[in-house]
Amino acid sequence: MTVRQKSWALHIGLLAALFLLQFILPTYHHGSLARVMVLACYAMGYNILFGYVGLLSLGHALFFATGMYGMGLVIQHLGWPAGPALLAGLAAGFGMALTVGILALRTSGVAFMIVTLMFAQAGYLAALYFGDYTRGDEGFVIQQADRVLAGFDLSDPTNRYFAALLLFGMCLVLTLKLVEARFGQVLVAIRENEERTRMLGYDVHRHKLAAVVASGTTAAFAGAAYGLLFGYAGATFASVQYSIFPLLWVLLGGAGTVIGPFIGTLFMFYLIDLSSGITSAYMLIAGVVLVLLTLFAPQGLAGELRRRRVPWLP
Amino acid sequence: MAAMSLLSTRGLSRNFGGLKAVSDVDFDLPAGEVCALIGPNGAGKTTFVGMLSGRIAASAGQVFFDGREVTNLPAHQRIRAGMAYTFQITSVFARLPVIENLSLALGWRISDEEARLAAAQDALRRVGIADRSDQLAGDLSYGHQRLLEIAMGLCQQPKLLILDEPTQGLADSEIADFIQLIRGLAGEMTILLIEHNIRLVMQTADVITVLNGGAVLASGTPDEIQANEAVQAAYLGTG
Repeated sequence: MTVRQKSWALHIGLLAALFLLQFILPTYHHGSLARVMVLACYAMGYNILFGYVGLLSLGHALFFATGMYGMGLVIQHLGWPAGPALLAGLAAGFGMALTVGILALRTSGVAFMIVTLMFAQAGYLAALYFGDYTRGDEGFVIQQADRVLAGFDLSDPTNRYFAALLLFGMCLVLTLKLVEARFGQVLVAIRENEERTRMLGYDVHRHKLAAVVASGTTAAFAGAAYGLLFGYAGATFASVQYSIFPLLWVLLGGAGTVIGPFIGTLFMFYLIDLSSGITSAYMLIAGVVLVLLTLFAPQGLAGELRRRRVPWLP
Repeated sequence: MAAMSLLSTRGLSRNFGGLKAVSDVDFDLPAGEVCALIGPNGAGKTTFVGMLSGRIAASAGQVFFDGREVTNLPAHQRIRAGMAYTFQITSVFARLPVIENLSLALGWRISDEEARLAAAQDALRRVGIADRSDQLAGDLSYGHQRLLEIAMGLCQQPKLLILDEPTQGLADSEIADFIQLIRGLAGEMTILLIEHNIRLVMQTADVITVLNGGAVLASGTPDEIQANEAVQAAYLGTG
């Protein structure tokens, strides 16, 4: 098998396994995995920018929440049906990513981190300030009647699982396509040596902007889907915590790998889940495991796997 | 602008605060020749070349390339117009394989995967490191990294190849090979060589321009430059 065939076989295999798991998983894990798949889409969006271009954003919660509110507000206040509302979330995320990208890319390095963090904080405070519409921290529930997409009631666990899987499959395939495309290879070149890339005739700024837009829009779509699938939108999702999560997931799973974000999200979700079953100080256990991983697998789980065993992992 | 010039500048200047790094330089690079730019440290060579390639913005003056003004063109567009640039301090994609380095250099010119690989192998053969294509660029010896950078330049099939101090850090034996390489390329493209190594310049260049204190001190054939008293005083030392 060629490298390309192997990588497609692996990723399609993962999707097939997730499809089959739906039939055997107990209810609790069934619901958890649906949640993990949607959050993994968020992480994959983050990974486009962080893993492939090497730009560290501390403000992706802004995009996630923009998608979520873009979807939620038009349902809540304008009575839009689920399908158009999902697209509204996507469009809002695209606009936000483009705006933030144009402004934030005037900086680089640490300044880029600070600027993205500030934008996200402004977004969070805006969500609180317009509490009449967003219900602030308390948030609002998206009613079951509004969560019917193309005839499927998304509050039903099976439908929800398949919707999450469909979304996850889309993100996975698109990311793979991106990595294989010339565009993705130029992004890696920018990460490795920006000045050399420019002096080979590539418009570095335009590539970075496109990456911010792709990354932010994916995050926003994940946010919109999360709100719709789990029936809730709230300002917590705009808080700094939700900007840090995708960074952690991607770091743990392996930055710059297609499968890494999913592994990282799954790992972190169950790490917190299991350790909170042992002690109320579960963050202590989670913290120690994270420190150990950073020490012994600094490139993340998939990154370490690629280094040791499977060099063809995209 | 002279008719046969591939690259020329008029009144090109750059100030850093109160310091005039380059002032009022008129420069003509005849098409098809190997031109060397020399000068003592601090003469303004790097700044001048930075303005030619678009990495540094000019404070005043104009740059013309291949029949049109490029003064306000960003660097990547000048590259696409037919310049190739190798860095003074070797700059390759160290964590990517050699072949991928070349593939990136070919990227916007050749879209077909197989044609690109063939062109990449061809460029590697020309600089003499064809057997290294699957190694990581960062694992190559310093001399081979320099050759890789030149191969990346060749891949772009440039009208003008700018080599910024290409022999810095090379061993004497490597420099001898390098002179051969430059001579081999001379017929195909115009070459601008920024260089400290006088022996190399005298052996390879058709014309030499000497910069001193940010201005052109002299310009001419190697023999003329060697005979020029002002140059001897400023740079070569009276030998």
